[in-house]
Amino acid sequence: MSTVARKKSLIWDYLTTVDHKKIAILYLIAGGLFFLMGGVEALFIRIQLAVPNNDFVSAGLYNEILTMHGTTMIFLAAMPLLFALMNAVVPIQIGARDVAFPFLNALGFWLFFFGGLFLNCSWFLGGAPDAGWTSYASLSLESPGHGIDFYVLGLQISGLGTLIGGINFLVTIVNMRAPGMTYMRMPLFTWTTFVASALILFAFPPLTVGLIFMMMDRLFGGNFFDPALGGNTIIWEHLFWIFGHPEVYILVLPAFGIFSEIISTFSKKRLFGYSSMVFAVVLIGFLGFMVWAHHMFTVGMGPIANAIFAVATMAIAVPTGIKIFNWLFTLWGGNIRFTTPMLYAIGFIPSFVMGGVTGVMNATAAADYQYHDSYFVVAHFHYVIVGGVVLALLAGTHYWWPKMFGKMLSEKLGKVTFWLFFIGFHLTFFIQHFLGLMGMPRRVFTFLPGQGWETGNLISSIGAFFMAAGTIVLLVNIVITTFKGKKAEADAWGDGRTLEWAVSSPAPEYNFAQTPLVRGLDALWVEKMEGKKGLTPAEPLGDIHMPNPSFLPFVISLGLFISAFGFMYHKDYSWGLMVGIVGLLITFGAMFLRSVIDDHGYHIHKEEIMEAEKKGAKA
Amino acid sequence: MKKWLLNWRLFSLFSVMALVLAGCGEPFLSTLQPAGEVADMQYSLMLLSTAIMILVIIVVTIIFVYVVVRFRQRKGEENKIPKQVEGNHKLEIIWTVIPIILLIILAVPTVKATFDLADVKPMNKENRDKEKTLVVNVRANLYWWEFEYPDYGVITSQDLVVPTDERVYFNLKASDVKHSFWIPAVGGKMDTNIEDSKNQFWLEFDQKDAEKAGGIFYGKCAELCGPSHALMDFKVKAVPRDEFNQWIEKMKNAKPVVTDPVAKEGEAIFNKSCIGCHAVTPVDKRPEQARTAPNLGNFGDRERIAGILEHNEENLKKWLKDPESVKPGNKMTGTYGQLTDEQIDALAKYLMSLKVE
Ligand code: HEC
Ligand SMILES: [Cu+2]
Repeated sequence: MSTVARKKSLIWDYLTTVDHKKIAILYLIAGGLFFLMGGVEALFIRIQLAVPNNDFVSAGLYNEILTMHGTTMIFLAAMPLLFALMNAVVPIQIGARDVAFPFLNALGFWLFFFGGLFLNCSWFLGGAPDAGWTSYASLSLESPGHGIDFYVLGLQISGLGTLIGGINFLVTIVNMRAPGMTYMRMPLFTWTTFVASALILFAFPPLTVGLIFMMMDRLFGGNFFDPALGGNTIIWEHLFWIFGHPEVYILVLPAFGIFSEIISTFSKKRLFGYSSMVFAVVLIGFLGFMVWAHHMFTVGMGPIANAIFAVATMAIAVPTGIKIFNWLFTLWGGNIRFTTPMLYAIGFIPSFVMGGVTGVMNATAAADYQYHDSYFVVAHFHYVIVGGVVLALLAGTHYWWPKMFGKMLSEKLGKVTFWLFFIGFHLTFFIQHFLGLMGMPRRVFTFLPGQGWETGNLISSIGAFFMAAGTIVLLVNIVITTFKGKKAEADAWGDGRTLEWAVSSPAPEYNFAQTPLVRGLDALWVEKMEGKKGLTPAEPLGDIHMPNPSFLPFVISLGLFISAFGFMYHKDYSWGLMVGIVGLLITFGAMFLRSVIDDHGYHIHKEEIMEAEKKGAKA
Repeated sequence: MKKWLLNWRLFSLFSVMALVLAGCGEPFLSTLQPAGEVADMQYSLMLLSTAIMILVIIVVTIIFVYVVVRFRQRKGEENKIPKQVEGNHKLEIIWTVIPIILLIILAVPTVKATFDLADVKPMNKENRDKEKTLVVNVRANLYWWEFEYPDYGVITSQDLVVPTDERVYFNLKASDVKHSFWIPAVGGKMDTNIEDSKNQFWLEFDQKDAEKAGGIFYGKCAELCGPSHALMDFKVKAVPRDEFNQWIEKMKNAKPVVTDPVAKEGEAIFNKSCIGCHAVTPVDKRPEQARTAPNLGNFGDRERIAGILEHNEENLKKWLKDPESVKPGNKMTGTYGQLTDEQIDALAKYLMSLKVE
């Protein structure tokens, strides 16, 4: 197939792409849209709670909004946005031409996308889920309508995508590293992606099991969670949190990775204590599986379990502390440049420390009986997830934008976004610690006056609008940059240390004309310090083998999407079962095609590559 | 000498923190104004953990500010390349070991408190002294609370009455979906599960603090349970033991005594439309599955109507006219047919007369 034939249309190109860089862009767009939706939901929440006895939204609708806010932000915004950055960066960081399974990579995206789409269809089809993002079994089984079914089936589909994505990254990092890229030379973002992917591999199956139980109970007459028939609702809580707690680390470890890259780049220093950083990441990942029940201290597990989980949870503070100090000492003695990504990194350190210390406070089981399910916890996890993950996503987006799109985002607007968002974030969430301690439970659609909560809630709501303003400035920045932005160099920030800054911005579809030879940690920096311009190649220039694009990932996912509708309605309408089966047939049919069709991919010829490289060098 | 200095410093840090925090919230609702043994214990843990955490934050902040100010790029230094430091074992050991020590300091009292708070042996003793160890069965229902005093055969709803200055023991369960029982000023929460294995815990209500709080503590449902989760409040009346004994005696024998003709009319309507759900005597021998609505035996003494509205006839009428507008999704809406304004007036008169005090 020639290059011309492949340039059919932009949309078709993206529907069929298996190129990790284009999949990254798909993740970024879809995740970004969901992030905006989750943000609007957050605004509704804060408007409703700005004053006591408010009736901006009704009680039932409020519960739908709060559920969708949490579910969307975790599953449909934070995860895919991280996947966007991982896809854009990790293969290049390890000197690979693509991921191990390009087809699966595309499949992972489309599953996530259709799962998210399915979940959000609930808004128009009788109401969204309303039992919180945790969807505790007794309440979710009681919930009328199909809201919870949308949650169960939607998350099942998108969770499958995440699992596939995680496995793909694991294999990619194990198998596809360039010569010389030993494990202990991998950039921290690659390391954290690696560990997070391992966590996905072990954490998502329990969620899958839980969701299957719930699907059985709600749609197919099961009794897993019905105590009258021998079921038990606490099982759901365990399954959910065995997934849910590692999920926090699945999100926050890559965030650590992003900040490690940025801090090192803009202080012009190698990461302080690299090996202990890696060790800390692995340890956090491991301990992350030992602590799930700290979300359940008030369930009545008894003092022995509570005490064990309390102490185990506290232990996580140690490796986390190691990381904080390592970042501080990376900055120490550096030559710190306050670019937009670096501002986020600087803002992240104190914000995340706040979230970390309140985490330890929550770990003191006996005191957690007070914090649990109060606004204190709401404040805590927003400090971790917004102060850690969202700041990292914003930082990473600014940092790698030139690598993804070939243009520099405006630094001026970037800084405006940072300050608005950062101030808004603290304004919104700091005061919530005190609201919780003053007795305010979480997930309340309103509150009565005269309980001492008015001022705190008003301040919190004002803060939310600052964050919204920051986000709007970011969108403006993106639009302006797309049309007028400055073209980015290969080493867009001038201080790049890792391999992605050695290839042109955006990277060519084959990433590296010649696979590089990695000669140390911060491979590009090593070369620069020896006065070299480019990387040392590990192979002669030759034809490059590429995978063919495929429409099948889209079709496989679409089939599940259709099938989910069918099974959800199988009790309401006679066509339900039919549609469910047809959907599955589409999925399995497409999988069958994938198995029988021989697809050898194609080659980009040496001459084409030389041509492209010349052009890239000129730009 | 040195140790003394450290102690003194810690002490002053604690007292400043306590002062700042005590300004927070209302005495009937705030965990920062503890009004009983459990809340006290939890408050001390909060102070200890906050102190340790503030210590950590101070250290990080000092290094952080120093680094960011001192090592920022200055004009003309754009191309300076700093020394590439690999690490420093001594430093790395320091910031591994010190946090471990701090955490041990925190972990020991945490474990101890966790076990202390779970000590419910006295309530499960074979021959418990029923005069001294009060047990209350708490049953949480979609948006209302039932409090049963099994030793006395008495049931009440929405307002929990307890004796002060002694440990009160609770059996906790829910009858529909999971809720969570929380009296912030008096102690942390515990979930009311729908499984048969009941949760148990204890609380202690301090007489002096109760007086400071006006005799009433606010209770909350702390687990999302449906549309009106935010409105699933209850009140706790903490009174001296004598007063409690008198109250429970009165409850044992309470029966509606209706003299007013309008109230009599109300009683008739009630016995037709409402009695299937609501009992009007605190002694209610029906099994719990049959008790699908708040016991109204001492409704006239309540602090609130439906847990949230100020307790007066006007609000009662509002509730009877349209409960949905007060508590969305409640289980009473639409179960008793249409009532005329006269019928509502009569019902209100009757219900307000249901008193034991
Ligand atoms: C289907 C059962 C049912 C019927 C019939 C019913 N109620 Fe109720 N009632 C409830 C429930 C459940 C609540 C608790 C509502 C809540 O707080 O969420 C309640 C609450 C109340 C309350 C507030 C109780 C309190 O402690 O503050 C009053 C008063 C009341 N009902 C009066 C009546 C009257 C009068 C009638 C008859 C006209 C009636 N109810 C019929 C179920 C019922
Ligand atoms: Cu509740």
